[in-house]
Amino acid sequence: MTTGIILEMKNITKTFPGVKALENVNLQVKEGEIHALMGENGAGKSTLMKVLSGVYPHGSYTGDILYKGQVCEFKDITQSEQLGIVIIHQELALIPQLSISENIFLGNEQSRRGIINWNDTIIKTRELLQTVGLNESPNTLISMLGVGKQQLVEIAKALSKKVKLLILDEPTAALNEEDSENLLNLLLEFKKQGISSIMISHKLNEITKVADSITILRDGKTIETLDMLKDNITEDRIIKGMVGRDLTQRYPVREPKIGGTIFEVKNWNVYHPTQQERKVIDDVNLRISKGEIVGIAGLMGAGRTELAMSIFGKSYGKRISGETILHGKRVQLNTINQAIDHGIAYVTEDRKHYGLILIDDIKRNITLTSLKKISRNLVVNDNQEIVEAESFRTKLNIKTPSVLQKTGNLSGGNQQKVVLSKWIFSEPEVLILDEPTRGIDVGAKYEIYTIINQLAMEGKGVLIISSELPELLGMCDRIYVMSEGRLTGEVSREDASQETLMKFMTKSRG
Amino acid sequence: MEALSKLFKGNIRQYGMIIALVLIMVLFQILTDGILLKPLNITNLILQNSYILVLAIGMLLVIITGHIDLSVGSVAAFVGAISAILIVDMQIPYPVAIVLSLLFGGLVGAWQGFWVAYVRIPSFIVTLAGMLLFRGLTMVVLDGQSISPFPKGFQSISSGFIPDWFGGGDIHVLTIIIGLMLSLVLVFTEWRNRLTQQRYQFGVIPAPLFALKLVGIVAIINLFTYVLAAYEGIPNILIVLFILVVVYTFVMNKTVMGRHIYALGGNEKAAKLSGVKTKRMTFWVFVNMGVLAALSGLLFAARLNAATPKAGVNFELDAIAAVFIGGASATGGIGTVIGAIIGGLVMGVMNNGMSLVGLGIDWQQGIKGMVLLMAVAFDIYNKNKAS
Repeated sequence: MTTGIILEMKNITKTFPGVKALENVNLQVKEGEIHALMGENGAGKSTLMKVLSGVYPHGSYTGDILYKGQVCEFKDITQSEQLGIVIIHQELALIPQLSISENIFLGNEQSRRGIINWNDTIIKTRELLQTVGLNESPNTLISMLGVGKQQLVEIAKALSKKVKLLILDEPTAALNEEDSENLLNLLLEFKKQGISSIMISHKLNEITKVADSITILRDGKTIETLDMLKDNITEDRIIKGMVGRDLTQRYPVREPKIGGTIFEVKNWNVYHPTQQERKVIDDVNLRISKGEIVGIAGLMGAGRTELAMSIFGKSYGKRISGETILHGKRVQLNTINQAIDHGIAYVTEDRKHYGLILIDDIKRNITLTSLKKISRNLVVNDNQEIVEAESFRTKLNIKTPSVLQKTGNLSGGNQQKVVLSKWIFSEPEVLILDEPTRGIDVGAKYEIYTIINQLAMEGKGVLIISSELPELLGMCDRIYVMSEGRLTGEVSREDASQETLMKFMTKSRG
Repeated sequence: MEALSKLFKGNIRQYGMIIALVLIMVLFQILTDGILLKPLNITNLILQNSYILVLAIGMLLVIITGHIDLSVGSVAAFVGAISAILIVDMQIPYPVAIVLSLLFGGLVGAWQGFWVAYVRIPSFIVTLAGMLLFRGLTMVVLDGQSISPFPKGFQSISSGFIPDWFGGGDIHVLTIIIGLMLSLVLVFTEWRNRLTQQRYQFGVIPAPLFALKLVGIVAIINLFTYVLAAYEGIPNILIVLFILVVVYTFVMNKTVMGRHIYALGGNEKAAKLSGVKTKRMTFWVFVNMGVLAALSGLLFAARLNAATPKAGVNFELDAIAAVFIGGASATGGIGTVIGAIIGGLVMGVMNNGMSLVGLGIDWQQGIKGMVLLMAVAFDIYNKNKAS
């Protein structure tokens, strides 16, 4: 055994046709530490982890991997898993139609001569679930669980493989504050038991909380490794390493010019689409003014997305009642088209599944909602279309050689800019932005914030739903807080702090 | 040269299929000692494949939306039977009967579209049921017998040719003139497009290449019309097909409706949240399929000069194969009208060529199956390489 170093990656270079994804990257992880891997999107973090776990087999890269002092040449994932290196990908790899226990032991079935011992499976699953603190029956189907619990199942699955080195790729990206907190505590717990973790994350506060050391990648190269225990590392220090410059202001400054009320929602009630009796939104009242950025805070399941979608052309829920008032006049927003025609835009939290047509190019995605604007007698002027799309490409700084590029090939930040372009092109008066910076790196986030500020300056009303409290505090003039389908608080910019918001967010019924 | 290779790379699927078609034609031209491209055989090729091509156009739309329609063969047979009853048994003038039959096809499409779009039953199941249902109904209304004969006028839709006003002897003069006029229109529109694109300051292909492309297209058109003119001239059915191809290409590429169909197939949820009326669109795509299936049934009945209970068996498979060979994606969102037509022609030329060579129906089936598999494998290989 070497001196407490569990993993060493030396001079890793990996090239894809045309691009050098990794260039002489070095990474050293100590036994029993939580090591954070940080960097902007496209910096090479995920590629490096794929090299480590054998997704990219030995021979497709150059450099050495030393695990517990031994040189490793993994041909596939099973070989790395045998040594206890387990990777949990950002997009969870669970099968929704199977139960928790079936998923945990998938590919590793508790069997003798090909016949599965279900009793063994269940018993072991129970133990694992207890370790990760998930109170569910082993027979529960994955589809019945929320993302937070699914994440815990993934971790239980990793534990079942006798994990020594756990790799987590953005484990908290889809989690709310509470679930994230649980997960991080779990990692700290594992640390005590001697399990090392490598964690890829964009969330600086989490990193500073749990990480022992940080390796920063930029453009496929190792920039530096910071020791959290020795040096006094601040969030700004990390950002500087990631973007290569000082990012003094994480949220662009804006002088709010707030006008009269444009949009109001009154006595809004929504029931669950399939569970008849379940009220998802309970008597919500809110208003947005011209030039105002309003936030909605809340934990996962508080009903924020449901509220937004039910307002946006009743695209969620059943038995919806209440009033929507635009410029003081009652309007009917019964279909998505009515909502769009009245100048409401909804930017979804899930751009890949609900926001973009990934197999179509940028220009077609941008014009989809507003084809009328570039057509005469229902005939589309495709030359005009290119001109419009090009203007958005420059205005929003979408980084791509051409608007004919498929949106599926863009990075998260650029995809989000395409979705924003689509809705800005529809010339809305009210924009509802659901998690507008989820899964986007720090540099691109700043650009998105600038765009949002610009929209407010143009006199539009902006409603931001976000699970990242600093984002709401940094951007919004006023913040509503939701809990269990109700508004539990309304806080102005001056009075807002993480603590007050959290208090309202966890306020339950009764 | 660089521009040429760029042009080619961007459209490898489209050009690849055209090249495959040309290669297959050359192959059979050699194997059949030049019979394949004889005027008589070319004309036959068009007449034999027209009803599949009509179905392929409708099927393309269905497949782009991410669905499938297995019932088109049965629907074609059913509408053929209905038209025979209207025209032969009830003596209704055939133009009226044609309109009624097409409407009837639309109704059948609406029936299936309702289950697919609004009740959200998978189209595979709805149209599998439709395939059995309408085949059964065909047998019921025909009482297991064939109905014939149709009036001459009705038959001529599928087997007639456009008249020659100029009364040429061996050569059909009007056909030649149509070819020339078509060339003029084409050159003019291509030229105008080029000018608009330049006005928008987009990159255009270099002038010599542009001229070469025009000369090539004009040569092919006129060679084609010349070959047709050497026999009986342009078949009526070719006019129908031409109009369908032009109209559907225009609708799919240039109109809001076409964009919505592609968007719906590409990502239904995103399309819906962008204001596309997804249910209504799906419904109308099936209505459209019904109308085109009806047209196909009429063409087949007119060509056979009879409505039979066994008409249109396996048409759906040929139409689906044509669409996939033509580059459409099985998961929806991708495909072109021209591609589907070329796919249909690949199948048609192979059928015709293999028959001419004297290959048995057994081998023909097997080879067609392999061609379908290889075409799609080539497609997927290309996509993987590109990404």
